[in-house]
Amino acid sequence: MKKARVKLYFPREWTGKPLMSEVILKYGIVFNILHADITYNNAGTIIAEFSGDDNAVNGALDYIDSVGVKYKIYNKSIIRLEDKCIDCGACTAVCPSDALTMDENNKLVFDKEKCLVCELCIKACPLGIISTEF
Amino acid sequence: MKTVAEINEKIKLGKAVVVTAEEIIGIAEEKGYEEAAEMIDVVTTGTFGPMCSSGVFINFGHTSPPIKMQTVTLNDVPAYAGLAAVDAYIGATELSQSKGMEYGGGHVIEALVAGEDVTLKATAHGTDCYPRKNVETTINKNNVNQIYMYNPRNAYQNYPAATNSTDKTIYTYMGTLLPKFNNITYSTAGELSPLLNDPYYRTIGLGTKIFLGGAQGYVTWQGTQHNPEQKRGENGVPQSLAGTLAVTGDLKDMSDRYVKGAVYEKYGISLFVGIGIPIPILDAEMLKHTAVKNSEIVTALADKSGKEKLPETYTYEQLQSGSVEFRGKQVKTAPLSSISRAREIAEELKSWIEKGEFLLTEAVAPLPLKNKINKLDIREIK
Repeated sequence: MKKARVKLYFPREWTGKPLMSEVILKYGIVFNILHADITYNNAGTIIAEFSGDDNAVNGALDYIDSVGVKYKIYNKSIIRLEDKCIDCGACTAVCPSDALTMDENNKLVFDKEKCLVCELCIKACPLGIISTEF
Repeated sequence: MKTVAEINEKIKLGKAVVVTAEEIIGIAEEKGYEEAAEMIDVVTTGTFGPMCSSGVFINFGHTSPPIKMQTVTLNDVPAYAGLAAVDAYIGATELSQSKGMEYGGGHVIEALVAGEDVTLKATAHGTDCYPRKNVETTINKNNVNQIYMYNPRNAYQNYPAATNSTDKTIYTYMGTLLPKFNNITYSTAGELSPLLNDPYYRTIGLGTKIFLGGAQGYVTWQGTQHNPEQKRGENGVPQSLAGTLAVTGDLKDMSDRYVKGAVYEKYGISLFVGIGIPIPILDAEMLKHTAVKNSEIVTALADKSGKEKLPETYTYEQLQSGSVEFRGKQVKTAPLSSISRAREIAEELKSWIEKGEFLLTEAVAPLPLKNKINKLDIREIK
């Protein structure tokens, strides 16, 4: 079994075609969209999780690449230095997937499962304590 | 009716009843203002937010032979030295000469509070009485003479929430604002905030002793842009930019838990400052003011791109819920000021008072209730 979080870069000419349906049927992978910023006839991106057998996931990604849709695999994860966090909440302003939220006690909560690793929070953190590496 | 002197006698005897500005809300609801005012002696407030108008005066001590410092940098961040020979002022938003927007005055101040060594470089033109032309050394808060925070504008009574009407992301001191009103940020301690609990400055004035950065400090003046004539609700609470405080305190006694340098992407540097102010419960009216809650505190909404004037207003209860309705859709809201640490400051100040370590002061002069804010006219220079 393999799970990969991937950002797909669709060129304009691929926005009207059922590429992902074709890939799902051909390789038998599970394709879960986490975040999409794409409209018909405009280049756009989809962040998604691919899961399935190693060969199926690798084959699907190779196929996507071969038809001209580029991708980037997120193999990093967001790390927050919790003991240095002051719970100001500035990072929650930019988090697109509600992975960073404030709880009822005004403390910052990070839900790794929801994180797209889009890295917007890294620059939004005024204390510089969020990173993909320390 | 109680006086500050009577409350101080109770504090000295360890008998004063002190609660935070959050705790008082439930007490007032249960007991009513009159009875609660009899029971409670002091309500403590707190705030921990980015406050750009902050800085530190330092006297470095004289060198031998002496120097009249003309340019001063601390960790490569310029400080103002147009004062006597070895006095300087470092402001929170000053940028590093080498690192630009990654590092600045706020970080130098945090390092000084933490007791770290900071590199001092000074130059001078050399005079008969001050012949030396260069100094390069390290300093810290323990080997300088005086080092005190003097913040010209802190603890804004209220502040508009921020959003962005344009179709591009904008980067502001109110954080990153997404295009087309896709998020709203706000900066307040709300019901915990000092001046929201004393809306007409009845107890907070010049000389009021406060918690500042973990030390005991004082209110020294009205803050810059003090704007007491702002529109107020029926409860007296201003609904946008209003009163401000100038505060001072000895940096040697401060803790870096309550003083933190901050970077706002593509804006620059600021400083998180922790402030707590005790409010003596003189009577039921004062108690009523301190019982104000987030659902009763309203703030304006500002378009930080400067393009649109927005009529919307929200309560802090709405903003703290995580989203608000804006023009028919739910928009995500995000805080910038740490409410959990504001709460901690109110608790810390409460424990100081309960232990008898902190007595209340009567203001030596009130903050003005009348003051208009001027715009800067661009006039032709003759």
